[in-house]
Amino acid sequence: MNSAIRNTILENKETIIDKWLSEIAKFKNDNQLQSITDTTYENTNREFVDKLFTTVQNGHQENVDEGLVLFTERLIQLGWPLNYITRGLQEFRKITVDTLSKQEEAGDNSYSIEVYKEIEDWIDRIVNVLVNEYSGSWENTVFLQKMALKELSAPLIPVFDKISVMPLVGTIDTERAKLIMENLLEGVIEHRAQVVLIDITGVPVVDTMVAHHIIQASEAVRLVGAQCILVGIRPEIAQTIVNLGIDLSNFPTKSSLKKGMESALELTKREIVDLED
Amino acid sequence: MQVQTHVDIHSEWGIVAARQAGRKLAREIGFGSVDQARITTAISELARNIYLYANKGQIYIEEVVNSGKRGIKIVAKDQGPGIKDIRKVMEDGYTTSGGLGAGLPGVKRLMDEFTIDSELNNGTTITSVKWLR
Repeated sequence: MNSAIRNTILENKETIIDKWLSEIAKFKNDNQLQSITDTTYENTNREFVDKLFTTVQNGHQENVDEGLVLFTERLIQLGWPLNYITRGLQEFRKITVDTLSKQEEAGDNSYSIEVYKEIEDWIDRIVNVLVNEYSGSWENTVFLQKMALKELSAPLIPVFDKISVMPLVGTIDTERAKLIMENLLEGVIEHRAQVVLIDITGVPVVDTMVAHHIIQASEAVRLVGAQCILVGIRPEIAQTIVNLGIDLSNFPTKSSLKKGMESALELTKREIVDLED
Repeated sequence: MQVQTHVDIHSEWGIVAARQAGRKLAREIGFGSVDQARITTAISELARNIYLYANKGQIYIEEVVNSGKRGIKIVAKDQGPGIKDIRKVMEDGYTTSGGLGAGLPGVKRLMDEFTIDSELNNGTTITSVKWLR
C-alpha cells in the first residue's frame, strides 16, 4: 500500500475504529449471531479491527497478515458466519474511504480515486484469503462427512457360518448402489457365505432404480455361488413394488429379518434348538 | 393462495429433496402411509427421469381441490431432449437406459391422473394427480 495513504489511515485510526464498531454493532441482529453474548461480540469486533490495523501497519504487499488468518480460523471453529467477516470488511472499506475523502487533499479528484483504488485492492486481497479459508474448511467438512457416510453405507455382517446380513438404511443413490454390489461380492467370498440377507427395512423409497440395483446385485451374488434373500419389505413398499410392476418373482423375499434368518438356516441345513435343562 | 413447492433437480440429491417435500405435503393433506409411499415413489421416478435424461429440470408439488376432493399434484418439467415415442415409453419394459423400464407406466399406476406433454428437443412436462379418498 502507498505509504502516504497508509499514514493517513493510521492518523485517523480512532475515528475509523469508532465508526466501524458502531456500524458493526448494528448488524448483530440480522445475522445468525443472536446467540452470542454482547461482550463476546464486542471483544471479537475489537480484535477484528485491531487485526485489520495491524495489517495496515505492516503494509504487506502480497500476503495477508498471519494474525488475521489465525483470527479467521478461530471464528470458523466457533461457527461464526462468513457473512460477518465480509460485511465487516465492506463496512471497513466504506468508512475508511469516507473518512479519507473528508481530508484536505480530497479536493483533488485523481487523488481520491487513487485512495479508493488502493483500499479496494487491499480489502479485496483480504476477502479472497478469508473466503478461501472459509470454503476450504467447508469442503473439508463435506469430505469428512462423505467418508463417514461411505463407511456406514453398505456393511456386510457375518452372523453365522455361511450366513451374512447386509442392512441398508437410507436413500440409495448410484454411488451407494455400486458400493453395495462391491461389498456384497467381496464379503461373500471373504466370509464364504452361502446365503446373504439384504435388509431394506430402513430404505424409505424403493423405486425402479433401487429395485434394479438390488436385482443386479443379487444376480451377481448368484454368479459367485451364493443366494440372496430380500427381507424387511414393509407393506406399503410391497404395494408400490406391485404397482410399479417390478418383477421380483425369481427373487426370494421375506417380510422380516427373523423369517429370512429362519429360511437361511434351512437352506444351509441347520436349525436353532432350545437347550433342555 | 395455493402453496406450491418447487424443487430443482440437477443432482441425485435433488431427487431426495423432491421426495421429502412430496412426502411432507402428502402427510399434511392426510394421505395414509401406503399412499404416501406411492406418491413419494412416483416423485422419485419422475425426478430420476429428469436427472437421467434431461440432466436438469424442476419438480412442482402442490395441493389441489376439485369439487370438495383434495389431492396432490406433481408436475415434472424439463427442457431436455423430449420423448420420441410416447406410446412406447408407456409400455412396460421399454427402456433406453438399461433400467427396468417400469418408471413411467409405474407412475401412471401409482397415481390417479397422468398426462405427458413432450416435444422433441424441446422438453417434457409430466403432470400427475393423486386424489384423497
